[in-house]
Amino acid sequence: MSDILSLEAFVQQVRRDILRMVHKVNSGHPGGSLGCAEFFVALYNEVMEHNPNFNMNGEKEDLFFLSNGHISPVFYSVLARNRYFPVEELNTFRLINSRLQGHPTTHEGLPGIRIASGSLGQGLSVAIGAALSKKINKDSKTVFVLMGDGELQEGQNWEALMFAAAKGVDNIIATIDLNGKQIDGTTNDVLNLGSLKSKFDSFGWKTLELEEGNNIELIISKLNEAKSNLGNGVPVAILMKTEMGNGVDFMMNTHAWHGKAPNDDQLKLALLQNPETLGDY
Amino acid sequence: MKKYIDTGANDTRSGFGAGLTELGRTNPKVVALCADLIGSLKMDQFISENPERFFQVGVAEANMMGIAAGLTIGDKIPFTGTFANFSTGRVYDQIRQSIAYSGKNVKICASHAGVTLGEDGATHQILEDIGLMKMLPGMTVINTCDFNQTKAATLAIADHVGPVYLRFGRPKVPNFTPEKNSFQIGKGILMNEGSDVTIIATGHLVWESLKAAEVLYKKGISAEVINIHTIKPLDEEIILKSVSKTKAAVTAEEHNIYGGLGESVSRTLSSNLPSPQEFVGTNDTFGESGTPKQLMGKYGLNTENIIAKVEKVIERK
Repeated sequence: MSDILSLEAFVQQVRRDILRMVHKVNSGHPGGSLGCAEFFVALYNEVMEHNPNFNMNGEKEDLFFLSNGHISPVFYSVLARNRYFPVEELNTFRLINSRLQGHPTTHEGLPGIRIASGSLGQGLSVAIGAALSKKINKDSKTVFVLMGDGELQEGQNWEALMFAAAKGVDNIIATIDLNGKQIDGTTNDVLNLGSLKSKFDSFGWKTLELEEGNNIELIISKLNEAKSNLGNGVPVAILMKTEMGNGVDFMMNTHAWHGKAPNDDQLKLALLQNPETLGDY
Repeated sequence: MKKYIDTGANDTRSGFGAGLTELGRTNPKVVALCADLIGSLKMDQFISENPERFFQVGVAEANMMGIAAGLTIGDKIPFTGTFANFSTGRVYDQIRQSIAYSGKNVKICASHAGVTLGEDGATHQILEDIGLMKMLPGMTVINTCDFNQTKAATLAIADHVGPVYLRFGRPKVPNFTPEKNSFQIGKGILMNEGSDVTIIATGHLVWESLKAAEVLYKKGISAEVINIHTIKPLDEEIILKSVSKTKAAVTAEEHNIYGGLGESVSRTLSSNLPSPQEFVGTNDTFGESGTPKQLMGKYGLNTENIIAKVEKVIERK
């Protein structure tokens, strides 16, 4: 296992990438991206067995699907910094003729992306399909999927949750980013999700909880705990509490930065809070 | 004039079932999914022979489309099965994002299309699906005319890389295309040669068009009949070649004239060879309960109306 300090340094660089990407084009979604930076680094740098020499079928490797595609900045940064494509390409985020579309897509052939996402609530179904494909292929690797909490308001998720438990899809780990915020406010105010633990339990999932979803050490150990629960005929979920905008003090404790880019002064302040570690692109 | 023989009425969905069964035996990459309509889609045989390659998803079509998209990752060729209404309108965004935009090799197989679904009525009789699906970039759209052609198309789409919408129907209809016909996606079939008018038909309306051509022949009108099983990509060459000779076209389909085959043909003609065209199809309306034959009659999807439109378009020449 890499030492935690070096992973935290990696996370800090990812935060800088996110902030600079959205600032440059004055658009994009920094809040949720920052909130999941630790999760992505834990997954790609520590937990998943994956191959940056990308091929779509991903046989004999762990796969990851991002359902809440609007947090593409964190996905792109972590893929680039894991050598899926040159980090300089982060400069093209949301620009015309770029492979780094506003929301992730396979359409432009960006290595590391296996499905388009952005229209919410579809990623879990796709991940389940990929998990079934692995079972047919007798491929023992794991499928990971990340979903936002707001997108659980989409009904398709509950079709998928019901299916995975009923059919014993036990090679999948679904993580829910519980930041409690969506575009119009808190999830409690917009459409209260109720007790997700009891919902997931009653849908037949093994449901783990992580209170500190911005603590990379705890994320890694929770993901490993989830992996140890695979193969028992039951799908596994992690309800992971995160802080939207984590790592930038003025972006935390608010939903204001869901889909808003920092201005020049705000970027400067945010970068001061996250000094360069691996080298900016 | 070529004479077509009905070798025994059968439903196009059974052609799909027969094709899927054959694929189960010959192509290990093929997997199938169904949303609680196994019997209606005639998938039983495939399932009994390949239980490990079949997924019953229950009444949850959105999830089915997503799972199908995911199954392609790992090199499977998923065939989804449900009614046309639930294969398209109900799950349009899932198809758009997870299948079409993502470029996934999913075969969306849709039965009970159009008014010939019959007594269940308009909630189930989709007449807009061709339009919905042909607008999706990269989507191939096929609408077959009989048992043999549906079986051949089912086999052919497994070898085509890319998303496909395969549309077929519920009722038993004449089976008249050759049993061993190879199916070429995007290639129209010249069924009958003629010189006065071109009838361009798809699906159940192909047989009605052939019958219309026989009646017209006796009236001294020579009608060319083209079977357009692939609406997208459209075989523009066969259409333009024919209409450049006949100077008039009638399109015939069990679909709304807004967005169907007729509009695709119009686009082709207006861009290349402006010609009078008449449309046989439903006219911006929902269907209703009734027998397939009654409904085909009430909505003008039959031989009589094709003949009337031919006579009208010839007057406009």
